[in-house]
Amino acid sequence: MKQVLKVSNIVKRFGGITAVGGVSFEVNEGEILGIIGPNGCGKSTLFNCILGQLTPNEGSVHLDGQEVTGLRPCDLNRLGVSRTFQLLQVFPQLTVRENLILSGQEHRGTMGSRLFGPRDAGLSEEADRMIGFFKLGHLAGEKAGGLSYGQQKLLDAAMAFMAGPRLVLLDEPAGGVNLTMLENLKERLQAINAEQGATFVVIEHNMEFVMSLCTRVLVLAEGRVLAMGTPAEVRANPQVVEAYLGH
Amino acid sequence: MSTQRLLTLLGLTLGVLLLLVAPFWMSKYQLYVVSLWAVMSIAAIGLNLTLGYAGQVSLAQGVFVGVGAYTGAIMTTNGMPMAAALVVAVVLCFAIGWALGYPALRVQHHYLAFVTLAFSTLGYLVFRNEEWLTKGIYGIVDVPRPMLLGVQAESNLRFYFVCILSLAIVSFGVWWLIRSPWGRAFVALRENPIRALSLGVDTRRYTLMAFAIGSCLGGVAGVIYAPLVEFIDPSPFTLDLSLKLLMMVIVGGSGFFAGPYLGAAIAVLLPEVLRFTEGYYLLIYAAFVMILMIISPTGLLGILDRYLTARSTRKASAARAALSASFGDQT
Repeated sequence: MKQVLKVSNIVKRFGGITAVGGVSFEVNEGEILGIIGPNGCGKSTLFNCILGQLTPNEGSVHLDGQEVTGLRPCDLNRLGVSRTFQLLQVFPQLTVRENLILSGQEHRGTMGSRLFGPRDAGLSEEADRMIGFFKLGHLAGEKAGGLSYGQQKLLDAAMAFMAGPRLVLLDEPAGGVNLTMLENLKERLQAINAEQGATFVVIEHNMEFVMSLCTRVLVLAEGRVLAMGTPAEVRANPQVVEAYLGH
Repeated sequence: MSTQRLLTLLGLTLGVLLLLVAPFWMSKYQLYVVSLWAVMSIAAIGLNLTLGYAGQVSLAQGVFVGVGAYTGAIMTTNGMPMAAALVVAVVLCFAIGWALGYPALRVQHHYLAFVTLAFSTLGYLVFRNEEWLTKGIYGIVDVPRPMLLGVQAESNLRFYFVCILSLAIVSFGVWWLIRSPWGRAFVALRENPIRALSLGVDTRRYTLMAFAIGSCLGGVAGVIYAPLVEFIDPSPFTLDLSLKLLMMVIVGGSGFFAGPYLGAAIAVLLPEVLRFTEGYYLLIYAAFVMILMIISPTGLLGILDRYLTARSTRKASAARAALSASFGDQT
């Protein structure tokens, strides 16, 4: 199977504190990798190092065999890598449709051609399809700031898929989402994974969500890889139970 | 067509008609005041783009008006046409604005305000001290009014139409810009630059562009301002002008298309309306601004926006409730 992402020995220090202490893993095409671990174990910092939001002190990140360590997030996004954040990150003053169009527009043409091109950058249809797919149809014209938390979470996820990314990193997509909405989100992610072959890396605390969604799970503890394997293997690992699942 | 759209269109038509017809009954002074409103609106539109849409604080817009005014005055008093001065001012302000945008890539909010404030002071010192170029405190006199399409816009009435036409062209250009994907990217830059960056928006380039275009419009306003007052010296281009322009944008409604027009009207026309209060004008004005900021920090248009949003939310809630009720009836 083709390797999409290769993370090699990533180290990130903040002063004297080592948030990520040499993490390595690989993600294959079409895979859904879950990353779990207690709060403060370096999951989000690792994401930020992979996605160019932070520059790692050591280590490298390869995308499709090409080194992308330190590339800016916007450049990585144009290479087909997308993400969501731990906290909600929609644009409240834009409507749901505009949020989605914005999420895809920078992939269309050049900056100059976008200025003189169509207002929707030719993305209205795609945005409406995404709105329908994430069951936000009745909210298309509403400002994102007026949506409920769960609806914003769905929009947040939809935005990450708008440009048809090959690799999506989701940081706690289930956080604060009610059970019905969560099931909807899981279904959508599984559908995108099956239909488009998109690869996911998911940070999540909701064990049921992770174990039912992911094909492999990586467990982080104190900035290091504690275990990695299928959900069943991870669940049965005594070290993991002691460090994380048992609490 | 929605009621809101219809009302906007009606208001716009009435406004344009008023601006086209009313000047024939205006005194010389009234023509000057409304022309000044048009010029200040152009500068405020530029600042609204930088601050209101892209979220980058600038206390230097007054300097760009000064750069435009001096470019216009120097070139036209040396026999060059106003159109050439306009091109030079636009290029100059774009380049300076682009350079001024670089600090915004590293600092934000009040730190950025301080950087632009320092630039504002620097600009004023250049206008005042570089006598070989600007004639310093003696100023440049007899700035000629332009010839447009073979017609000399010498009279106040003709030059009034030059100001209004310029405002119309700038308004159309900015309306086009903010409706384009660039406008959406500017809003994203203001609301959440980190998320925007993760969605492929090159925030560095858009930040510089927001500064450059906003500064350009300050320069355009300056080129028109010079022949309007016919005499240019450094005194109008102190930090005071930058603060006034900032206030126009904030009072009118930062980030709203119509905000700068309203803000400029309040800053330029209200003093004339309140002239009868004599020395109390500034007190009334200050009290008005303070009360407005308490009631609506998003400016006058923010009040209207809040009302319209609340109305639309009420309508949407009622529609959802009706839909739920109809489902309930069926089960």
